[in-house]
Amino acid sequence: MENRIFNKEMECMSRKDLETLQLERLKALVDYCEKNSAFYAKRLAAAGVTADKIKCLSDIEYIPYTTKDDLRDTYPFGMLSVPMEKIVRVHASSGTTGNPTVVAYTREDMENWSEQVARLAMAAGATESTKVQICFGYGMFTGALGLHYGLEKIGATVIPTSSGNTEKQLKFMRDFQTDAIVATPSYCMYLAEAARGMADKYPMESYNLKYGILGSEGSTPEMRTEIENHWGNGFFCTDNYGMSELNGPGMSGECMYRDGLHINEDHFLCEIIDSNSLSVMDKGSTGELVVTNLTKRGLPILRYRTKDITNINYDACKCGRTSARMHKIIGRSDDMIKVRGVNVFPSQVESALIGINGISPNYLIVLRREGYSDSMEVRVELIDGSLLDRYGELVKLQKTIHDNIKNILGIEIKVSLVEPNSIERFTGKAKRVLDLRNENK
Amino acid sequence: MFIKQLSVFIENKDGRLAEITGIIANAGIDIRAISISDTTDFGILRLIVDKPEFAEKALKEAGLTVSLSNVIAVGIPDKKGGIAETLAAIADKDVSVEYMYEYIVPNSDHAYFIIRVADNEKAVAALQSHGCELLTEVK
Ligand SMILES: [Zn+2]
Repeated sequence: MENRIFNKEMECMSRKDLETLQLERLKALVDYCEKNSAFYAKRLAAAGVTADKIKCLSDIEYIPYTTKDDLRDTYPFGMLSVPMEKIVRVHASSGTTGNPTVVAYTREDMENWSEQVARLAMAAGATESTKVQICFGYGMFTGALGLHYGLEKIGATVIPTSSGNTEKQLKFMRDFQTDAIVATPSYCMYLAEAARGMADKYPMESYNLKYGILGSEGSTPEMRTEIENHWGNGFFCTDNYGMSELNGPGMSGECMYRDGLHINEDHFLCEIIDSNSLSVMDKGSTGELVVTNLTKRGLPILRYRTKDITNINYDACKCGRTSARMHKIIGRSDDMIKVRGVNVFPSQVESALIGINGISPNYLIVLRREGYSDSMEVRVELIDGSLLDRYGELVKLQKTIHDNIKNILGIEIKVSLVEPNSIERFTGKAKRVLDLRNENK
Repeated sequence: MFIKQLSVFIENKDGRLAEITGIIANAGIDIRAISISDTTDFGILRLIVDKPEFAEKALKEAGLTVSLSNVIAVGIPDKKGGIAETLAAIADKDVSVEYMYEYIVPNSDHAYFIIRVADNEKAVAALQSHGCELLTEVK
């Protein structure tokens, strides 16, 4: 894979120059918000923050956090900082409860957003000669149009197939000799499975797919390997990160070395905070990601609490970019549980279970208090009858699951094999944790 | 030289065994032998029934994890030391026994046992040369 950098000046800047630029942009942003955002003018005044008060980057700590609730409470346009005639695009993310969160972009915001996406799409392998199929659903969701504009900016050939209609997707893929795909990891996998299902008619060699630019839902390295093996022929996929509140996709993405997601730091100032105390943590710590979008003007966002848990590595990368790299999202701060003083995320258990045969992907974590200590039990559904013939096979499976989870979490756990469908299914967000620690015995 | 055994995965919950045997009874299937091996958490229920494929289908439809496998059903003369002699015949061929349980055949003067061994073929050869009766269908 060719290692090309879309904007060398910005992506390979020295840390000193970058921090100077970030400080300049932060001051300008605070000044802009004071003058143009009714919402932030009030909030900054209450906190006693003015642009002159920002003398160094860590002075950002004077600024209060912004949360998703702020966007919901001001639905639909309460956080806009420009008159509507300056807005050229509106997106919204579906809220599972309450109002959706609405975001709006000026022409300048759209330019910046495309630039951000162009950088990470090129880091993921796209060039002007790439034919790329966008298999995200178009519409109010930022994913499809975000990638669409960024890839066009590179000069790639964009094929907006949108989501669904798998057979048509695969037909275009073969007939156009599509090089790259933008999709969720699960849809990318689904397409590969569908392609394999038709392999007697259209062999896997009839596809020319080389890169997967995956996003909009998390994936583990194990899932990535599985997707790559399913497509075969050297298919290579990278992960990217973003959310509509911060433009959409474009905040960060992996390069060919896949050792963290490069952050577009000239646009996004990132902090890691402790979700409980809300204080900023030392560089390199693992905690909640807080992001300030330095260049957004239509609907500026200061210190947005993403609720995503990660850590940031500020070392330069082998690819030549100096931009910091964030770790793939480790979990959600809302889902974080503390067991014997250790932070545990259900997503870690999930990744430990991937690739183990004979069990369903459904699981339940049960926490109990035993004496003065916590105990953690992981219930997993056995679905493969072939292991029943020999008792030893079941014991072996139980040990494999136990060792995998223990290696990832670093704490002792108990694994229980349970009957299929005995763990409750949820149509929306699955409930993965049953905390009985405060129950009376 | 084998008969079909059903293995069913069960959690050790109150009443679960009664529920599962109830599913089988409701499907009009007759249980001829039953054995359970368990830890404190889970167990495997082993069954010999008159219509094994039918029983497998009924249990799967009820959402259970089930497997059907071949086991040896051997007749042992009802005399002193009969079991020991039969097991010695298998052990002499270095085949280990994983589990065994009794299987009642109505109106028979033989005691029958279900034997699960590490190597089915070797054990069958050993038992046949020892002159044992092996069942090929559920009586
Ligand atoms: Zn890199």
